[in-house]
Amino acid sequence: MSPFLTLLIGILAGTLRGSAPFLFVSLGECITEKSGKINLGLEGTLLMGAMSAYGVSYLSAPTVGEFWAPWLGVAAAGISGMLLGVIHGWLSQQRRVNDVATGIAMIILGSGLAFFLGKPFIQPQAPQLLTFDLGGWSDSSQVQSTLRISPLFLIGVAIAPFLHWLFRSTRWGLYIRAVGDSPQAALAMGISPFKVRMLSIMAGSFLAGIGGACLSLYYPGVWTERISSGQGLMAVALVIFARWNPIQCLWASLLFGGTQAIGPAFQSIGIDSYYYLFNVAPYVLTLLIMIITCSPKKTLAGSPGALGMENED
Amino acid sequence: MSYSPPPASRQASDLGTTEPRDNGPKDNGPKDNEPKESGFLWLRSLEAIVLPIAALLVALLIFGGFCALAGADPIGVYRSIYKAAFGSWSAWQNTLIRASPLMLTALCTLLPARLGLVIIGNEGALVMGGLGAVLVGLGLGDALPAGLGQMTMAIAGMVFGGAWIMLAGALRHYRGVNETISSLLLNYIAIAFLKHLVEGPLRDANFVTKPSSAELDPTLWLGTLPGTRIHFGLLYGLIICILAYILIQRTTFGFATRVTGSNIRAAKIAGLPVGKLTLAICFLGGSAAGLAGMIEVAAVQKRINESLVSNYGYAGILVAFVSRQNPLATILVAILLGGILASGGILQRSHNLPDATVLVFQGIVFLCVLFSDSLYGKIPYLRSTTR
Repeated sequence: MSPFLTLLIGILAGTLRGSAPFLFVSLGECITEKSGKINLGLEGTLLMGAMSAYGVSYLSAPTVGEFWAPWLGVAAAGISGMLLGVIHGWLSQQRRVNDVATGIAMIILGSGLAFFLGKPFIQPQAPQLLTFDLGGWSDSSQVQSTLRISPLFLIGVAIAPFLHWLFRSTRWGLYIRAVGDSPQAALAMGISPFKVRMLSIMAGSFLAGIGGACLSLYYPGVWTERISSGQGLMAVALVIFARWNPIQCLWASLLFGGTQAIGPAFQSIGIDSYYYLFNVAPYVLTLLIMIITCSPKKTLAGSPGALGMENED
Repeated sequence: MSYSPPPASRQASDLGTTEPRDNGPKDNGPKDNEPKESGFLWLRSLEAIVLPIAALLVALLIFGGFCALAGADPIGVYRSIYKAAFGSWSAWQNTLIRASPLMLTALCTLLPARLGLVIIGNEGALVMGGLGAVLVGLGLGDALPAGLGQMTMAIAGMVFGGAWIMLAGALRHYRGVNETISSLLLNYIAIAFLKHLVEGPLRDANFVTKPSSAELDPTLWLGTLPGTRIHFGLLYGLIICILAYILIQRTTFGFATRVTGSNIRAAKIAGLPVGKLTLAICFLGGSAAGLAGMIEVAAVQKRINESLVSNYGYAGILVAFVSRQNPLATILVAILLGGILASGGILQRSHNLPDATVLVFQGIVFLCVLFSDSLYGKIPYLRSTTR
């Protein structure tokens, strides 16, 4: 196979494998920000989710078997994420408390807890999620491994249009958007901004925790302390790029997953002298996208009106 | 649905500020629940001392509970932390060695915060500062007398670190890019840049332990204070923190910064050069972290490699928030956190707690301090007693 084709397939494979965590975290952040709060702590949630998924999958494998153990892990990841979300949701809505500062604290706490509790799981091999092998038609092992798609990725792809529908056409979506655009107006309508935001942040953190499970139970499929390396934060930037639209979050996640695959793909065809610089591509891309899409003068289209506002006293 | 548009100066990317950048008039006047008489001003300053200390104590309690859950004896853990941090002169030296970079990296968050920006690119600025210092230091060799050579390295580190954070400030001012996210992304870019250089162009093939640059000339090494293991970095940290305090509290520049931080619209109407202030304060903050990088390189490693990335930057964010953006309080908080960092090893050895314990503790402290912010003006004993 020509090196160029290998490179292309490598990037495609990386896109399919690596975009799932971006997708889950960005959808989670999308729900959170639609309700008017930002959660930078999803980086910590991602790590916590990755650790809980891996740990639970490893510990429960002897009792529930190799097939169900990783799914229990996925559930544990979501729940542990949600618990972190409760802390963020409560604290960031107190008077004089700023949600960005809370998010930074939650990054430290989440990663600290994940490293603390995850220490025993660095060595052992936990059972991984089974994948759909769609590449059986091809003789090439590279194509086969490329088309080994995780069910979690497919679930994420399904959640994106579901959220879009939820925001546009349901009562709950209206509540979230109302609270995000103007908490005062929502309060006048009889909706409790505190409750709606709390639930939105919890739901967002649940999804971000599952994003962590994608990391530790699918790709790269191990638990290490460097597993997330800022993906949670990139996902926050990605939501701005996607203009708070779940469908666009999907496309943006694919783009980010692809960019992330550039470094390893070049390495696989023997070009590795600029390995670290290629690996920086997603961060540079995020910055460039923010530079292009943001504007110092006007509010971005689609931005929730109350985003970044102070809490009411 | 009634919809109130956000004020003009707010943008979607303007996601956060530590201090209200755009207070409505209601926030400026005295409120019902705050002491009205000016004679009770001292009560407010008392509040500013009592609340953070109470937050720290509560954090210690929660941390003790956490340790108990993890199967360690909380009292024993407290005792070990105290012993390892402040129990002896040797422990004090360990603490102070760790405190000096913390003082400097904290300023990287603290100074821009006075202008209402949340910068968390401390780690990246530290790395760039270390890189700049090493590049200049390796170029200099022994060409300059010791003091002058170190000075040149320090300036290089400050310029590199400063420019790095100024980039985030410029993106914020000219493009409206959220400075928290951009500065954090810049961390990852700086670290990757460092890895690329030490494994490629800068690599010293004779040094096999880990990919590193060549060693700096001994004239460029930063010495220790006489009779101690503490390097001169501590003095740098103390001096820069005091200078930062004077700059913020006692100069026109500092005043303009504080005005912009508390009400950016008023600052613009008053004709303050908000853009220039943004760039300048970001440069100053970054240069403090850059100096920390230079000190780590010149005093500890003597060459540059990946061990420069040792979380001093992230811990600096915590120091800045706990000290409530006051550079003098930063000195104390940095010493306190330096002590906690110094006790990481002993927690691992004598209590069988993983090294991430210190990180968990930092997270708990951070959350407690943030929560204590919401209590200002709400504690009955700290309020006006004669209402």
